[in-house]
Amino acid sequence: MGRVVLVTGAARHLGGRFVRRIQRDPEVERVVAVDAVDPAHQLGAAEFVRADIRRPAIAKVLAEHEVDTVVHMDVTGTALGAGGRTSVKETNVIGTMQLLGACQKSPRIKRLVIKSSTSVYGSAPRDPAVFTETTPAKSLPSGGFAKDAVEVEGYVRGFARRRPDVAVCVLRFANILGPRVDSPLAEYLSLPVMPTVLGYDPRLQFVHEDDVIDVLRLAAHEPRRATLNSGTFNIAGDGVLLLSQCARRLGRPTVPVLLPAVTWVGTALRTVGITDFAPEQIRLLTHGRVVSTVQMREVLGFSPRFTTAETFADFAGSRGPGLLPPEMLAGAVDRLAGRLAPVTTDTTDPLHHGA
Amino acid sequence: MADAKVIPFDDDRSRARRRPSRADGEAAAVRALPGAQQGPPGPEEAAEGLPGADAAAGGGGGGGGGGASGAEAASGAEAGSGVDAGAGARAGGWERRLAGGLAFLRRRITGEYEVDEFGYDEELTDQVLMSLLRPLYEKYFRVEVKGIENIPDKGGALIVANHSGTLPLDGLMMQVAVHDRHPAGRHLRLLAADLVFVLPVVNDLARKAGHTLACAEDAERLLRSGEIVGVMPEGFKGIGKPFSERYKLQRFGRGGFVSTALRAGVPIVPCSIVGAEEIYPMIGNAKTLARVLGVPYVPITPTFPWLGPLGALPLPTKWTIQFGEPIATDGYAPEAAEDPMLMFNLTDQVREQIQHTLYKLLVQRRSVFF
Repeated sequence: MGRVVLVTGAARHLGGRFVRRIQRDPEVERVVAVDAVDPAHQLGAAEFVRADIRRPAIAKVLAEHEVDTVVHMDVTGTALGAGGRTSVKETNVIGTMQLLGACQKSPRIKRLVIKSSTSVYGSAPRDPAVFTETTPAKSLPSGGFAKDAVEVEGYVRGFARRRPDVAVCVLRFANILGPRVDSPLAEYLSLPVMPTVLGYDPRLQFVHEDDVIDVLRLAAHEPRRATLNSGTFNIAGDGVLLLSQCARRLGRPTVPVLLPAVTWVGTALRTVGITDFAPEQIRLLTHGRVVSTVQMREVLGFSPRFTTAETFADFAGSRGPGLLPPEMLAGAVDRLAGRLAPVTTDTTDPLHHGA
Repeated sequence: MADAKVIPFDDDRSRARRRPSRADGEAAAVRALPGAQQGPPGPEEAAEGLPGADAAAGGGGGGGGGGASGAEAASGAEAGSGVDAGAGARAGGWERRLAGGLAFLRRRITGEYEVDEFGYDEELTDQVLMSLLRPLYEKYFRVEVKGIENIPDKGGALIVANHSGTLPLDGLMMQVAVHDRHPAGRHLRLLAADLVFVLPVVNDLARKAGHTLACAEDAERLLRSGEIVGVMPEGFKGIGKPFSERYKLQRFGRGGFVSTALRAGVPIVPCSIVGAEEIYPMIGNAKTLARVLGVPYVPITPTFPWLGPLGALPLPTKWTIQFGEPIATDGYAPEAAEDPMLMFNLTDQVREQIQHTLYKLLVQRRSVFF
């Protein structure tokens, strides 16, 4: 007998991809995709149920389809289509509460996977340079998506206490990037001129959307030999990029702005509705955040295919050249080298032009 | 009695080291000369810049001198045909340096360089930041380094030093000392106060120079990955103490550095820095202003703030940095890190060793400025 997987947030890009991918796995008999709005993309053989996870109706869906694995991907920072921050917060927090309440009542549930974020660690100058899963945040996120994620994780911990028979896996993803990912950070990195915080160069980590799908599949199935896929894991690509490096690799000029001014500009842009530049994004772009992925490798047994730099290169390739493409700058330096020392390029041996 | 034995031995050693050290200094000066901004490209640098250059540079590359000397050695060995070849080699060295500088510039503006998880940018530190600090180290404070061989060639070690001088120049000079003088070319990773990471620009440069926040997690992570970590446990108590208390070690925090070293199983190298105390003689502290600005102290020295920015110039004292005998910690059981008595004893041992070495160096010192 195969298993029945319920995926929330299926109308989003990542949710849709995950639904399409997991139904091809042999262990899976049926996939139930749930979202409050109809998806714009195909979901393959999966059964789409239009349900709002903020309503108790979700319990009926669980019972009707005899679901035994729940993958909760509807914890996100941005609204899908219309709806502001209030509805996002409701979906994140109230939706999770309803979903967990329904899971608690359902005797069939064996496995629960939550897509969380490393933003639960916050971002502060007094934090250690590298967060492990057990590092307590020095400054808890005060609002926005990060606070939602903290609250969601709190409810999940409560659920895990009350239902010890359910394997619960919380995956804390670093910034997800990919050719088709639409997140506030991707939006920021697509600006023609990137405002940065004067005097700060944050360290960033990225995880590729393909790796996100793979690790979610790993967590949704039975654990492989000698691995354990319940618990909390940081998921990030290897290596670190500085924001200045990102800007140079994208070929986008940066405008350093004083920190208070950045906050004002962010608020102003948010009010006008041009960008969804939340305060926690500004904190991330000020102090940066790096997490340790030792648990992911050694306990979960997952090694991402893309490093942070490769993920970023894939993203940069999909975005088109910036105003200052790195190839152009490199070419300019090469021309300068040729002009300053015409002999440099052809003399590999100093003796040849000795006289 | 023990002291009487130690001092002449120490004298001997310093005299023996003085001659090679001067030669080293000259080599370093040569290295520092070409383009302090662009950084002195070594032979490897040039090899990367122009394909095939390694054949010429490889011959003299081992010496670790500047690109010019390496090229000269190589051409001398290959041709040995008098003045023309020598001139050619010089021109070649200059071009190679230029090509290396441009290759460096090319990597920087296209973002094709690596930083580690702490934000340490090794290339920038080696090529730019160290070159900026080196004149201060060599010409201004004329730092004399003793006992560099006490720092292991490989594996982690925790260097514990005294802290003084109002501004943390002593940490930076210690970093240059380890970088320039250690035969294995090791890099010192300093642990800095949280204030450093709050300030704009400063936090950016500190991270790129390999510094990180002074907390047990970061220190242990660095030590376990085999880095040399520098810590100044006196913290603000040491750096911001009045001039009248110079060279009197303050309390060593809560001794957290000892338990970190013990858990990581790395030796503790005590380090005594003489000369940093007198760069800004702090005769007063504007406490109210400090509270308003949110900093631990605002120093008042004979020149600052009376002379304005000129008063912020440090006095050109003569420095000595002595690395002491390492204290091994690998003999203790893992649970020893939880034993407060042992921690206090080890902390005291380190503190006493630094304090004694400080007194010894002060006795040997001829004058503050020479």
